[in-house]
Amino acid sequence: MKAEIKRTASRFRHTIGKYRVQRGKQCKSCAGCVVTCPHGVHFKAGTRMGTPRDYLCVGPEVCRSKNCFCVEKCPNSALNVVINPQIKALGDFRWTADLLMSTWYQAETGRLPDVDMEYRTGNSGGGFDKLRFRFPEKPPQVIPAEDIDTSIELNKRGDKSHRITIGIPLYQGGMSFGSVSDSTMVSRARAAMLWDTFGCTGEGGYPEFLYPFDRQMITQVATGLFGVKEETIQRVRIVEFKYAQGAKPGLGGHLLGDKVTERVAKMREAVQGSALFSPFPFHSVYSVEDHKKHVDWIKAINPKVLVSVKVSTPADVDMVAIGSYYAGAHIVHLDGSYGGTGAAPDIAKKNIAMPIEYAIPKVHRFLVEEGVRDKVTLIASGGIRTAHDVLKAIALGADGVVEGTAGMVALECTRCSSCESGRGCPRGIATTDPELAEFITVDWGAQRVYNLYASWRSQIVGVLQQLGMRSIRELVGRTDCLRHLDYN
Amino acid sequence: MPKKYHIKPTPTAPRFMPVGRSGIIDWEEDCLKCTTCVKKRCLYDVYKNRAYDSQTLEDSIDYQCKNCFSCIQNCPRGVLSKTINPEFLRMGDAYWKPDIIHNTWFQAETGKIPVSGAGYRGPFSGPGFDAMWTDMSEIVRPTRDGIHGREYISTGIDVGRKQRYLKFDASGNVLLEMPPLVEIPLPVIFNVLPFGNLGQGILLSMAEAARQIGSLMYVTPATYGAFLKPFKDHLIPLLPVEGLDLDAEILEGVKMVELLYAPDVLACIQQLKLRSPQLVVSVRLPLDPKARTIAADLAHAGVEVIHLFADYRGNEFVEGDAPRFVKDALREIHLHLVNVSVRDQITLIVSGGIALAEHLPKAIICGADGAAVDLPLLIALECRVCKRCVAGKSCPVSLQNIDPEYGGKRLVNLMCSWWSQLIELMGAMGIRDVRRVRGEAGRAMFFEDLERDTFGALFSNR
Repeated sequence: MKAEIKRTASRFRHTIGKYRVQRGKQCKSCAGCVVTCPHGVHFKAGTRMGTPRDYLCVGPEVCRSKNCFCVEKCPNSALNVVINPQIKALGDFRWTADLLMSTWYQAETGRLPDVDMEYRTGNSGGGFDKLRFRFPEKPPQVIPAEDIDTSIELNKRGDKSHRITIGIPLYQGGMSFGSVSDSTMVSRARAAMLWDTFGCTGEGGYPEFLYPFDRQMITQVATGLFGVKEETIQRVRIVEFKYAQGAKPGLGGHLLGDKVTERVAKMREAVQGSALFSPFPFHSVYSVEDHKKHVDWIKAINPKVLVSVKVSTPADVDMVAIGSYYAGAHIVHLDGSYGGTGAAPDIAKKNIAMPIEYAIPKVHRFLVEEGVRDKVTLIASGGIRTAHDVLKAIALGADGVVEGTAGMVALECTRCSSCESGRGCPRGIATTDPELAEFITVDWGAQRVYNLYASWRSQIVGVLQQLGMRSIRELVGRTDCLRHLDYN
Repeated sequence: MPKKYHIKPTPTAPRFMPVGRSGIIDWEEDCLKCTTCVKKRCLYDVYKNRAYDSQTLEDSIDYQCKNCFSCIQNCPRGVLSKTINPEFLRMGDAYWKPDIIHNTWFQAETGKIPVSGAGYRGPFSGPGFDAMWTDMSEIVRPTRDGIHGREYISTGIDVGRKQRYLKFDASGNVLLEMPPLVEIPLPVIFNVLPFGNLGQGILLSMAEAARQIGSLMYVTPATYGAFLKPFKDHLIPLLPVEGLDLDAEILEGVKMVELLYAPDVLACIQQLKLRSPQLVVSVRLPLDPKARTIAADLAHAGVEVIHLFADYRGNEFVEGDAPRFVKDALREIHLHLVNVSVRDQITLIVSGGIALAEHLPKAIICGADGAAVDLPLLIALECRVCKRCVAGKSCPVSLQNIDPEYGGKRLVNLMCSWWSQLIELMGAMGIRDVRRVRGEAGRAMFFEDLERDTFGALFSNR
């Protein structure tokens, strides 16, 4: 299937933008502004002017410098442009309003916004937000964009298991059936397939509507073992053991009773309406040897499958990583403490385990010292919000990343944090309520996620060009390409 | 094994409409009055349930809005808008931030742990307690069926002096006299309030909650009255050394007393112990640069309990220089007491700046046995940290009129939530007795260390 970027606008009447364009009663619908504005903010709807698409507005400064400022050109002084007061209520330290809006823009258009928004970093004051690339003054060699390789290899052990290469250095984080809507799952899976990468079923079972994506699906074996069957293990090319989740390390999972509908209960072989707990840890794993036993079981059922081990980031995460490798893992997946979740205690999100920015170099270095770094694929997640976070994670030592929240934002998540309450997500993403889930159609959702990945890929290519690298694989562990604002 | 400790919450709605984070603005004038109004389709019915509080001038929508932006983005004319409620941002101060106040209100109302979707929203790290993370164990954990399962996770501590070893005579009898201990099932004591002590209702609410959760509260001679007599088991009189009256009514029938530190405090303790050998006597020592030496001296001299107190924002008392935060000063004192071999004999209580549930295990990791909590109690009773009372002005939520039964429930709810969160963190750490959390810096990660070992190692020499 050949895919391309297609403009895919918001489902809502108004997209939230950085500027607010106000049209006063003085407007005589002369449509002069339609001609003045090169960004498509103004348009005529019938005989009258339509409500301005103000999210496309690039602001007074740019327009003044290019002599296309509608406010000054309007013959009737009917227009006004101000900073949108709503954005104060939007976003937070990690996902600023700028990050949310620029991600929405990328999901709509497949490219970076023209508006002056910070699309690379958030405002958390540490980690990725304090790292910057250190570019050479002139790239050592000029490499055309089409010659740049963004693919990564997932089986570096060179054993008899599948050899899998994914087209972009990211795949998708697990989101369970029951925690997000069907259309959200299918949208994401389709986008993953179009980019030749992988989606993930999460731990809530393997619903039939994902069967067409078998070749590009990861299925999870998590501590609750919900929906894990011989048949589901045999469907896929990658199985992910979920030991812990970065947002709630050491706590296990929790699906509230409201979300356990008849279908969810059936899929998970549980009782409708009663909350489901995924315990912590695996009750049959209390050592690396126990873990190896589990890996062996999976390989006995599906001999060619790749095994990924998803762990969070305790102080001894390096030991956990090496243990996983020796137990037979192809992929070690570190999920940092600031990662996403459908529901977790706030105290856990903030306080338990270390941010991914510390864990990646620690594990990378340790695997190098142990002489096995080139035999294992190191994947990072938990706070990867932008293309620049992807690049920084790789420069710190990961081979690739797992994306979760950014894809939700592409589907117009505002990160309001109410995924878990009542009927679920008011925007139809994290919900099992059929009425709410109707807000998203698969064509729309898949294209939005596809567009976001397209924009990310072109930014990745741009950075590699500036660094003079032909492949994303050359960037792994190249901390010399980074600088930290707190140090020289 | 003792009966499993449990705190039962009772949902207790606030008396006053809380200050909300949102500010929803709708302009009536441009409204189309369309029949499919987005307000009707609010998933949380915040427009349907809209109410105004004439006394506090609050709009319920500001508190109930969940910030999904759906109504704003779908209103045909775009006449709905929102921003952050400036009243919300004005609450509290630089340390007691609006989010802390909100978080505490929620817990006092519901008794539940704050749970939400999506990832962490805050800064990467921050000052004070925000510069440390607790650790977790990837595969080893104490309980097989969860922290609320059959196995026992103990949050109890013994307040008093501990012997390092036992001595026996030839026939096997214990030779030492065991010093008295006061056992509390949760490492929290209710502290004297830094401000806002607006009468009996508040004290009775605290006493009632202390009784229900089995803990203790401090009381000063200035606030003590006969109304507190029924709660003697749960009171710790806090007294100055000067003019100590051994016959004062406040001392009758209590298990523990605390003296404000003064150079002659030891003589005073002796007097008290002569009169009542079973009384646990604590010394309240200000957290300042001298505290380390004094604490060691007191511990060597046989003092049972030391209560180190910082100011209500968690800063040590120093002139001029930048004060250290309670976490750092406490760590240093704890390690000093370990080095001079007295740490295990004494109980260390800490107070000042303990604002959120997470601060409790963090303070214990930094070396305290338990913490004394003050302002969160007042916030649980709906205080907005406006400090009008300090200037002698009226309280916007009439704390002077609070009903002790009602107030007690709010405080029990808060403690229920804190207790649940404490065992969540302990469970993740793989520790099932809070006494083993004390000083366990190995089960925590500190920002300075991680930053130095990671980015410092990578970037500092370039």
